[in-house]
Amino acid sequence: MRRAGSVFGSVVALVALGLLAAYCAPSAPKGIKKAAGAVSDMAVAAQKTYIAPGDLDEYYLFSSGGHSGQIYVYGVPSMRHLSTIPVFTPYPATGYGFDDDTRAMLGGLTWGDVHHPALSETKGDYDGRWLFVNEMNGRVARVDLRDFKTKQILGPIPNVSGNHASAFVTSNSEYSMMASRFSIPIPKGTVAPVDKYASDYKGVVAAVKIDPKSGEMALGWEIVMPPFDYDLGDAGKGPSEGWMFWTSYNTERATGKLEVTSTQRDRDYIAAIDWRAAEKAAAEGKGDVIGGVKVLDPKKVPGLVYFMPCGKSPHGVDVTPDGKWIVGSGKLQGVTTVFNFEKMQTAIRNKDFSGDEDGIPVLKYESIKDAEVPVGLGPLHTQFGPDGYAYTSLFVDSAIAKWKLGTWEVVDKVPMSYSIGHLSAAEGDTAHPQGKYLVGLNKLSHGRHLSVGPSQPESSQLVDISEEKMKLLYDAFTEPEPHYAQMIKADKLHPIEVYPKEENKHPLAIWDVKDAGVTRQGNKVIAKVVEVRSTITPTLIEVNEGDEVTVAITNIEQTTDELHGFGLLDYNVNVVVDPGETKTFTFKATRGGVFPYYCTNFCSALHQEMQGYLIVRKKS
Amino acid sequence: MRRLLERSTRFLEAPLDVGPRVLVLAALLLLLPAYVFPLYDMTMFAPQYPDGLRLHIYSYRLDGGHDGQDLKEINLLNHYIGMKDLDAAEFTEFKWIPFAVGAFGLLFLRTAVLGKMAHLVDVVVLYVYFGLFSLWSFAYKMYWYGHHLSPTAAVKVDPFTPPLFGYKKLANFEVYSYPAVGSYALAAVALVLAAALYAAWRQSRTPA
Repeated sequence: MRRAGSVFGSVVALVALGLLAAYCAPSAPKGIKKAAGAVSDMAVAAQKTYIAPGDLDEYYLFSSGGHSGQIYVYGVPSMRHLSTIPVFTPYPATGYGFDDDTRAMLGGLTWGDVHHPALSETKGDYDGRWLFVNEMNGRVARVDLRDFKTKQILGPIPNVSGNHASAFVTSNSEYSMMASRFSIPIPKGTVAPVDKYASDYKGVVAAVKIDPKSGEMALGWEIVMPPFDYDLGDAGKGPSEGWMFWTSYNTERATGKLEVTSTQRDRDYIAAIDWRAAEKAAAEGKGDVIGGVKVLDPKKVPGLVYFMPCGKSPHGVDVTPDGKWIVGSGKLQGVTTVFNFEKMQTAIRNKDFSGDEDGIPVLKYESIKDAEVPVGLGPLHTQFGPDGYAYTSLFVDSAIAKWKLGTWEVVDKVPMSYSIGHLSAAEGDTAHPQGKYLVGLNKLSHGRHLSVGPSQPESSQLVDISEEKMKLLYDAFTEPEPHYAQMIKADKLHPIEVYPKEENKHPLAIWDVKDAGVTRQGNKVIAKVVEVRSTITPTLIEVNEGDEVTVAITNIEQTTDELHGFGLLDYNVNVVVDPGETKTFTFKATRGGVFPYYCTNFCSALHQEMQGYLIVRKKS
Repeated sequence: MRRLLERSTRFLEAPLDVGPRVLVLAALLLLLPAYVFPLYDMTMFAPQYPDGLRLHIYSYRLDGGHDGQDLKEINLLNHYIGMKDLDAAEFTEFKWIPFAVGAFGLLFLRTAVLGKMAHLVDVVVLYVYFGLFSLWSFAYKMYWYGHHLSPTAAVKVDPFTPPLFGYKKLANFEVYSYPAVGSYALAAVALVLAAALYAAWRQSRTPA
């Protein structure tokens, strides 16, 4: 009985203890305020983001699509997805990658990892002409903002490997700059054992020249660098114009398990490159041709490159609107470091160095640093407002810190949901930031949306930065994966809505249905096709098995929004032709049979009737 | 009877005073807008065309809004109901109206210079005839286009006449049809000629 009593007593005590423990374990974090999952003032936020039907947004946001290979265009403040600009990946919705020209432009690659859109600039401000964008395979593309179409893909650029640090433009769009994230032995194709990494592998900075009239890109010159991982860059402006700044990590020159081996030093570097000096040296014939491009070696051409120590494993580097400061964010630190350009120039003049890396001088940290701003954990990128404030994204803290240039005082923080990467304020990396809106480009969305299964969308959050306190306005869920984005005032762009007939110089363009038809030369067949509501002329194309067939489609409409498609069943073809445009696609008629073609882009009440047949006569 | 004829002849042979001649010269100037401005404007609104499709009919040509694009769009839409393309070559009016206006200019000049009552009566009668014939011609054109629809058209509609003046609802379109500056000027010509005739008549009743 006593025994039973003590067992009973023990059970009661255990249950009591358990209850106590359960009571003590908090159901919500206590240290962090409950607002950790960001919330907003609904009435204010609704009013600030609501764009009535038919009304227009104030800004365009050009958001990188990461490994989707595309650019996504959003309207701000509504955060509505307006359009997708296919760049590195075929996109049947616009026929991109199916017609001869865009297929040739993609060059056999069907994906790219898009990172950093760069709007063309004049005097450090967006001029609304072009958008440059990089991808990791070493390519850079130009989108013309007159028609929102990809016009050129340059690359893969020789020697550059892992083109992450790109496509930053200089302040008058002289160059789009790129640098290697994954150093390799150069030229590409060279093999060296990875244990020779420190000496035989090379980082490369490449300058892609931009034609000031046409925007056409051409490879300029390159600089060979120590084998660090070059991560992000920003061009100087104002007093620092003519300089380019790059963050680098793995200055340990380590290989293998980088998460350990590359994080041993307390400081890595921001590489400062005097690109005007490099341009001059290349023009004077200095440097060697490697992989078909002129490559300058900073050992042989001193004065091109300096290293600025920056802690620790810096990610973003951002030049302030006035061009006086360079803000470097060590992602494994709790501070953002601000360097003074003038002090940096003085240190260079006075040879105030603390060492060198492969002959490249390392500037003394204390001599060039103005401040270490305690922004919070995991600072990544910084954007600017019009009023001397800076906004730094904090990946680890999952927040944005607002701080003041000059006083270096952190004045506000707003939580982000969740794990913010880049951020984009209205024209926030130009000489004249506009303030007002900021978009946080988050890596995780953690169920702040209807569940769509394990493959979750990213989240882009709109923040009001027009007042002293930042306010969260809106959660948008964006296509994977927004890295960087740029926000430009809508009235800077003046896109056309049809291609004027007079401008169409395509040799196979026709404007009258009477000219449509099939011509043959040997086994090469050209079908000239007219599309206009609601007929594809001709309605019959006959070829022989084995013919090489080129179909040239002209949409002779001059009316806004009257797009026509040309889907050819079983031949994996879908081309979409805008009003006034001519596109061709060429294929080998390998299979005999009857193959319907039809208009894929809904156009009119008799759209369904817009069809024809391709007859491929079999070899008997 | 003879006295009546004599009186009439006297009246018709009487020289015009300065007032009526000046008015006829003013009428001459009012002919000019017919060469510069449209005579008729038609505007069509539909949900898909919130800006409207605009057709401007000049004395010598057709013009569409949005840099001519609207005319192409109107023809494109009309082909679904089997209407013939509005084509300047089909409009004989574009040849004879400018010619007639020019001829009136010369007749007005003759009236102002030679200045007999008979000349004035001639131009008034001819001008009224020209005006009525032009209106009929325009109305008939509208009727003709709306009643000669291709039997193989994709969309069958009952023959119709677009509005000659004012508003009419046609399928998803609101169609507005109004005279334009050129026509108002031509109407003003008629009024000025009437004033000239009235002034001349008053003058003939006033003993010299």
